[in-house]
Amino acid sequence: MIPLKYNVQNLKARGVSTLLSILGIGIVIAVMLSMMALYNGVKKATTTAASKDAMMVLREGAQAEVSSWVTKEAYRIIRALPGIQKDSKAQPLISPEIVIAFKIPKKDNPKGSNVIVRGVTQNAFAMRPYVHLVQGRMFRPGSSEVIVARRIRDRFLNIDLGDTFKFGPQQWNVVGVFDAGKSAFSSEMWADVDYLGQARKRTAYSSLLVRPVDRAAFESIKAAIANDNRLKLQVKSESQYYDEQTNGLLGIVVLVFIVALFMVAAAVLATMNTMFAAVSSRKKELATMRAIGYKRRQILLAMVIESAFVAFLGGVAGIILALPVNFISTGTINWQTFSEVAFNFDVDRGVALMGLILAVVSGVIGGLIPAATAARMPIVQALREI
Amino acid sequence: METLVQIEKVRKVYKRDEFEVPVLNGITLDVPGGDFLALMGPSGSGKTTLLNLIAGIDRPTSGRIIVEGKEISRFSETALASWRARHVGFIFQLYNLIPVLNAFENVELPLLLTKLSKKQRREHVNTALNIVGLGDRMFHYPRQLSGGQEQRVAIARAIVTDPMLLVADEPTGDLDARNAEEILNLLQRLNDEFDKTIVMVTHDPKAALHARHTLHLEKGLLVEMAAEGMETISARAEA
Repeated sequence: MIPLKYNVQNLKARGVSTLLSILGIGIVIAVMLSMMALYNGVKKATTTAASKDAMMVLREGAQAEVSSWVTKEAYRIIRALPGIQKDSKAQPLISPEIVIAFKIPKKDNPKGSNVIVRGVTQNAFAMRPYVHLVQGRMFRPGSSEVIVARRIRDRFLNIDLGDTFKFGPQQWNVVGVFDAGKSAFSSEMWADVDYLGQARKRTAYSSLLVRPVDRAAFESIKAAIANDNRLKLQVKSESQYYDEQTNGLLGIVVLVFIVALFMVAAAVLATMNTMFAAVSSRKKELATMRAIGYKRRQILLAMVIESAFVAFLGGVAGIILALPVNFISTGTINWQTFSEVAFNFDVDRGVALMGLILAVVSGVIGGLIPAATAARMPIVQALREI
Repeated sequence: METLVQIEKVRKVYKRDEFEVPVLNGITLDVPGGDFLALMGPSGSGKTTLLNLIAGIDRPTSGRIIVEGKEISRFSETALASWRARHVGFIFQLYNLIPVLNAFENVELPLLLTKLSKKQRREHVNTALNIVGLGDRMFHYPRQLSGGQEQRVAIARAIVTDPMLLVADEPTGDLDARNAEEILNLLQRLNDEFDKTIVMVTHDPKAALHARHTLHLEKGLLVEMAAEGMETISARAEA
């Protein structure tokens, strides 16, 4: 095999051209990674932390909590079902929740955007331990106090700790700021379920979150709810519910895919251009190697390796260039709930690896034709090149 | 001496657009093993083409080329490459060293196609560079060497696999008289001491004096033979 040093030294020898190629591919990969990071961030903002074991109870046919209702009567029936895990006070772990969208002015859009306000009881915190206060205090039951997710606090007006804002006839006081990691709750405000229900004249809950003792209990509770004709409710796991919420992201997926396709094509063309130049300036030495006894496929391999190596370095450059987008926090609309989803661009290991793979693949594809040209040149003719 | 290279009725025609340009018009020639043959002739006489055919980097339009009993003109591209790696050493007018590799690595290049271990390769490279008198320049890059030194590195590369046949295309064409003389003496030594069969294209009569025999080509035909050693070569132009 032609020694790798040959490729590395050649890349060094045409240093500026190599650097420009690496940078060019790097920018292409960085743009693509940013797109993938966006998708990744939105997906995580809606699905992470959702549990496979917890059960979501919704109205039959409801796609999302905002369009679902569960009567208080149903809540009492389900609460009494056997198989629900008990807390330290022997109370069943079931969290009745009301979900309402509040339209609140945004920092960058005074007309405002919908924010999910979730009415909860203490159980909501017990069942989602990753939701925790970072500033201020918990809302008092029966009051108009709310706590606000940090990411929402940063993007909307007048909802910082100590602020008061008006929605409907009520004044709402922000008494705490919470963090919910990368879960969907990072895009919400939480308030007392009873006060929120009264204030917004809701006689029913939106959903119930139920923690069964085990998988068998999950199935038996699910069957019990399905078989009770009074209820007309559906049950799915919490993780399944949030997965379905991301179906609204299909548009982003298609966009990411199309952009990625164009970007890979650009990277392929960039590589091809570089490699054609590299091959044509080295016709004579490649012909010399063939005269010495190197076979066509060995020349082909050497040139493809060189191309893939440049593209790999381009991929690394792309990751470095894309890393700063990690710190961008922004929002989008969840089309299931028409409310704000706050998310971070997320360049994680999977996204970075994908970027590297796509870079190398485009390097290989882009290098193939120039490499084949190099390998197919008639030796005698190429030896005459200067 | 036994015949090493047999050339039988070889014709070579190049196609330029729709024109056919005949370069070799039926050459029959035997080169015995251990010979040092100079091919002379004006530009366009076909001497380099003949050399390329003997070296197996080009194919005749018709006729046969048999080296050591094997008809290389019928080999596949891949088989021919392997054959060249084992049996032919190349020496070019402009040395054709790889600029990004140092002398040692340039000479090692043909050995990477063999099954030799790293240690064995190092020994072979050392031997070859010492034969050409450049044992002390192993880690110099081509740009750090003079033309004469570059050509000696190229010769080391040509002999490192110990091939039976060396082909040299104007090996002194780019050198001053003193360096040319050194290179020719080196080739002569390789022929005398190491029993290498050498075919050399040159247009310099002084260079040809170092060869055992000289053949002249004109318009793709062999036209005369050198005075010495006629009895060992049977060559004739097929007009």
